[in-house]
Amino acid sequence: MNEIIGYIFLGLGLLFDFIGCLGLIRFPDIYNRLHSSIKCVTLGTSSILLGLFLFKGFTPGGIKALLCIAFLLLTAPVSAHVLSRSAHKSGVKLWKGSVCDKYAEDKN
Amino acid sequence: MQIRILLFIASFITWILLRWSFEAQNIVIGIAVSVLVSLMTAGIFEKKTGLLKRPWRYLWLFYYFPLFAWECFKANLEGAYRVIHPDLPIRPGIVKVKTTLKSDTGLTFLANTLTLVPGTMTVDIDRDGGFLYVHWMNVESPEIDRATVLIVERFEKVLRRIFA
Repeated sequence: MNEIIGYIFLGLGLLFDFIGCLGLIRFPDIYNRLHSSIKCVTLGTSSILLGLFLFKGFTPGGIKALLCIAFLLLTAPVSAHVLSRSAHKSGVKLWKGSVCDKYAEDKN
Repeated sequence: MQIRILLFIASFITWILLRWSFEAQNIVIGIAVSVLVSLMTAGIFEKKTGLLKRPWRYLWLFYYFPLFAWECFKANLEGAYRVIHPDLPIRPGIVKVKTTLKSDTGLTFLANTLTLVPGTMTVDIDRDGGFLYVHWMNVESPEIDRATVLIVERFEKVLRRIFA
């Protein structure tokens, strides 16, 4: 039973990872690309690791997978934040179809 | 001193989870490494944490994590829809939102949560004014008040109880 649920999580994770990479290619500027790569890849990888935990159970490998989920959830948003902030500070423009940019307005 | 003890407990738990074996030599090495780590890194953290004040407020985390997981899942379905749709239906932009959280931990939690949920990503924090600059994939309103209601409120309600 655990293995079936594990397979479901593995498949879901692979699907989300694939969509995240697809978004990385399709979106127009760095900020939108970060959206797709950070969110989809975080959930996809977490769900692959959760599937691994369901396969392994409470063994050293399974517990390490859970620990990896915790660290992934802590670190992935921070890296997205640092990348987008440094991109904005070094003058990377938003996509031409963007609606507003309050950050640039407040900086000047 | 308090922060050192908390750091020791946290790193020891991490060690135990990493090794997941309860032999004596493992535990002895774990204690030694945790003491070393807590002595070396205590200077990085705040001195007065107030972490142990009103400990029952952490029970709200059990409400927060399912809420967060559900929102995260919805975010990914929405994001996947936008990626796969042939016309790329996006209206991106950076909006400014208000927050009433003051503590560093609370602001970090809020910013990280916003980065992982529907179409929003924190770009910068203005801590003195209590503002967050958020890149929004589908801007519904560039006004500061409306954006605050739409983006921040759901999570801030809960986080205010935990990290007020």
